[in-house]
Order: sequence, then C-alpha cells, then structure tokens
Amino acid sequence: MFSWLMVVPPVTFLLLLVGYPLIYGVWLSLEDRPVARAGTFVGLANFIADARDPVFWQVTINTFVYTIAATILKMVGGLGLALTMNQDFRFKNTIRAAMLLPFIVPTVLSTIAWMWILDPAFAPVNWFLRNLGLADPGPSWLGNAHLAMMSLIIVNVWRGLPFYGITLLAGLQTISPELYEAATIDGASTWDRFIYVTLPLLKPVIFIVTMFSVIFTFADFQLVYVLTRGGPANATHLFATYAFDVAMGGGQLGMGASIALAMLPPLALIIIAMSLYMKPTKS
Amino acid sequence: MMVERGGWRVRGLRLWLPLGAYMIFTLFPFYWMAVTSLKPNNELYNRKIMPLIVYHPTLKHYADLLSETNFLVWTWNTFLVAAVSTTISLVFGTMLAYPLARMRFAGSALISFGVASTYLVPQPLLFIPLADIITSLGLNDTLTSVILTYPTLLIPFCAWLLMGYFRSVPGELEDAARIDGATRLQTMFKVFLPLCTPGFISAGIFAFTLAQNEFLYALIFLTQTDVRTVPVGAIAELVKGDVFYWGQLMAAALLGSVPVAIIYSFFVEHYVAGLTAGAVKQ
Repeated sequence: MFSWLMVVPPVTFLLLLVGYPLIYGVWLSLEDRPVARAGTFVGLANFIADARDPVFWQVTINTFVYTIAATILKMVGGLGLALTMNQDFRFKNTIRAAMLLPFIVPTVLSTIAWMWILDPAFAPVNWFLRNLGLADPGPSWLGNAHLAMMSLIIVNVWRGLPFYGITLLAGLQTISPELYEAATIDGASTWDRFIYVTLPLLKPVIFIVTMFSVIFTFADFQLVYVLTRGGPANATHLFATYAFDVAMGGGQLGMGASIALAMLPPLALIIIAMSLYMKPTKS
Repeated sequence: MMVERGGWRVRGLRLWLPLGAYMIFTLFPFYWMAVTSLKPNNELYNRKIMPLIVYHPTLKHYADLLSETNFLVWTWNTFLVAAVSTTISLVFGTMLAYPLARMRFAGSALISFGVASTYLVPQPLLFIPLADIITSLGLNDTLTSVILTYPTLLIPFCAWLLMGYFRSVPGELEDAARIDGATRLQTMFKVFLPLCTPGFISAGIFAFTLAQNEFLYALIFLTQTDVRTVPVGAIAELVKGDVFYWGQLMAAALLGSVPVAIIYSFFVEHYVAGLTAGAVKQ
C-alpha cells in the first residue's frame, strides 16, 4: 500500500508527459496536420511520402555517418584517454575536473564558440593555414558538404569524449591490480595485458557507455541546429533537425512526427546489433 | 596502479604528451571565447593580425551584452527553471527509487523497466507532440512549460541513480528504528534519507547541469525575450539574420558557462559519481 502511494504520483507524471506524447506522436504521424488546424487521418501517407523524399534518405545516410564516425572516434579516443589517465601523476584531480568542462558547459554556448573557431575569414584555423602558406583564403569549414559533416563530427567528439574517458577510467579503476601482476608473471607483454585482461573486463562498461552515446548522438539536435542548420543543401541534416524543420518551420506536424518516428527502427537495429556483438557476459 | 618504469622520457611520451595535446584541444574553445569577448571590433574583424592575442582589451562587449540585451533576465530564468525542475525531479525520483530499492510489491519490475526505458527515449521523438500539447494547454511562452517538461528528462536519471545509492545503504538501521516503533514514513525521513545525502547531491548536481543545458524544448516553447533561457536567448537574439554579434556572443557564452562551471567545481566528485553510476558498479 505504502509503496503504491509513493509510486503513483511520479508514474502518473511520466505517463502524462512521456507516455501520452509518445502515443500522440504516433497518432500525429498518421494525420495530415497543419499547425493550428484540425488534422485529417491519412493512414500511412506521411511515411510513404517520406520514402519518396530524396532528402529523407539523405538525412538517413547523414545520421548514420555522423553517429558511426563520432562513436568510433569517441570510443577509441576515450579508451586512450582513460588509459593515459590511469597512471599516477600530480594534479590528476584538477586535470580530470578540467577535462569534463566540455560535457558540463551548456552545449549551445560551446558550439557557438566552435562556429567562431571555424569561421573562414577571422578565425584561428584558417589564419594558421594562410600564414603557413597552405591555403588562401582557406576552406569554408561549414559551407562545404564534406567539411561541414567533418566539423560536426569533430565538435561532437570534443563534447562527448570526456564522458567516455571518465567513465572508462572509473571502469579501469575497478580492475584488480593482481590480475595484471599475475599476467606479467605469466610472461604477458603490455599489449597482451591490454588485450586479455583490460578489454574483456572493461567490455560491460564500454557497452553501456556506447549504447548511451549512440542513442544521444543518433538523436542529436543542438550541434547541427547551431552550426549548420542542416546545410549546405541538407548535407548535414539529421533526423531531429529535419523533423524540426518540417514541423516547426514548415508547419507540417504530421510529416514532422513521421520523420521523428522513422528514427526508431534504425536506432533499434543499431542497439540490437551492438547487444549481439558486445553482449556483456555475466562474470 | 602500474609499476613505473623508464624515467621521464617514457613518462613524457606516455603521459604528458597525449594529456597535454588533449587538454589544449579541450580548453581551446574556452580560451577563444575569452579572447574574442575582450577584443574591440576592429581587431575582431581584421584578417591580418594574429587572432589568438588581444592587443587592446576592452569590456565593451560585456557592457553591451548587459545593457542592450536581456541577458540577466535569461540567466535568472535559466537558474530558476533548473532549480525548480531539479527539485521536482529529486522528489519524484525518491518516490520512485525508495519503494523500488527497499520493498517488493506487485508491479515493481514493470515500473523499474518503465523508468529505465523512459531514460532512453530520445527527446526529438517527443518534441512535436509536446509542442502541440503545450499550445493546447496555453502554456507557450511561460516558464511553466519547461518546468513541466524538463523533469521528464531528469526523473528517470535521478530515480535510477538514487535506486543504486539506496541499495548500497545497509538496512539494519531502518530495521532498528521500526522495532523501536517508528512508522515507515518516520523511518524514511528521520533515518534513511539523511544517510543518502551524497546520493542526492550527485543526482541533484547532474540534473541541474542537464537542465541548464537543455535547448530543444526551450527553443520551441519560449519565443518571447523575457521568458527565454541563456542558450535560446543567445542563439535567437545575438544572431540577427546573417549578422553575428561575435563579441557579445562570446561574452554571453563565457558568462553563461562560468556559473555552471563554478557550481560544478565544488561538486566534481559527486558529479563524477553520478556520471559513472549507470555504467560502473562500485
């Protein structure tokens, strides 16, 4: 009785503001629903229109490229960072605290700073390229389709690496030093110890961190909205920003909802594939 | 800890070189914010001079930001919203976590599964239906709209983290209090919850930084300048069409980041505990 009394208010709250919108979103996706007007039921017409929309498929490819590239870079970089940090040195706590800054500072604000770092005319990147005689006037980092995607991935890695690094470091610290000693006595090299001791024991942590990161990278909105708004020519639109443009910019709530929902199946696929590949084994 | 071998050369190569390179990459944007915000416009928009140095520092951009825009109002809104939604989330999070951690009851498995899945629902899946719901409730351009919706992002996390923390507290003290005749509620408030203060700080500081960071809901729900939060205000009002007020933008980025960074610096250990709680069982 007591438990139920406690649980009911928060559960009701979440049902009203997460459960209901989720179902309402599915309903919207089946409607032709211009903003501020009544909708008409159109069945799967929105999804069929999505499938015929070349921009939709470009958005799908963009989202995969963005998620896969950023995740691999963050995973490898984060592991390297954690291994580097897992040594004894002075000011370790201060450095760790500073390292997390990109993760805690409001993303939009740091992304604005990145936009200005990448500015073609007045920013340091191109100033160095010009003065080293490598390029003049220097590339338009956010104006060229490939460079824009690359820039987005770099900024995403900048923001997300600390999460990987610090969490994997915490994982490394739970590995008992005796295991390494035993492996060393058995003649294992540094590389062997990493492959046969560190990686297997770290696998569950890597799995959870990566799963979180994949979900939030796949559904990313802020970075793209601030840096490129999906441009140039839709080259950097992701599901979230495209759905936003269609629903909020174009006033087509039904179409927008269908694009947002379309993100679920591929996301589920990635998560299932990851679970099969990296399934944490009970130890 | 590994045994140190090799001396300073190896140590430099294995530790300080990668760490130094990474720290430059990490901290450079903050340096760039600071430098830009102090530059007069004729230095800011000069292609010829070395951009990493300020020759004639000025506080003009800060003065303009504070006098010509509603930056202080946005800052206050951001804090108010983050504080209120964090409080709501801690209360609701506790109401979920305590029964789930301490008692067996019908439906508890279902509820903890539901909470975990809510945590994984990406925000872009919800913003279109929520925008419509908020409009039909007449909550557009009120802080209530974000105070109501932010906890949906924060409660699952708080509940999850607190559940882990609650389970780590031994039950003997509560048993003793119950034997002495305390009710369930008294035991919880007088004995149990005070023991969990570190868990509350971890969950609270994490939720607070998340709420400060939120952008999508604020962008959609808050379109009037006097209800905006800092991220939305900066993007919507310091960029006019194609014109970027870079000096003011960087001043705003720095001023908007500093309070979060200061609060965080007091609770780094708690923050790290919260960050790693989901992935690492200590």
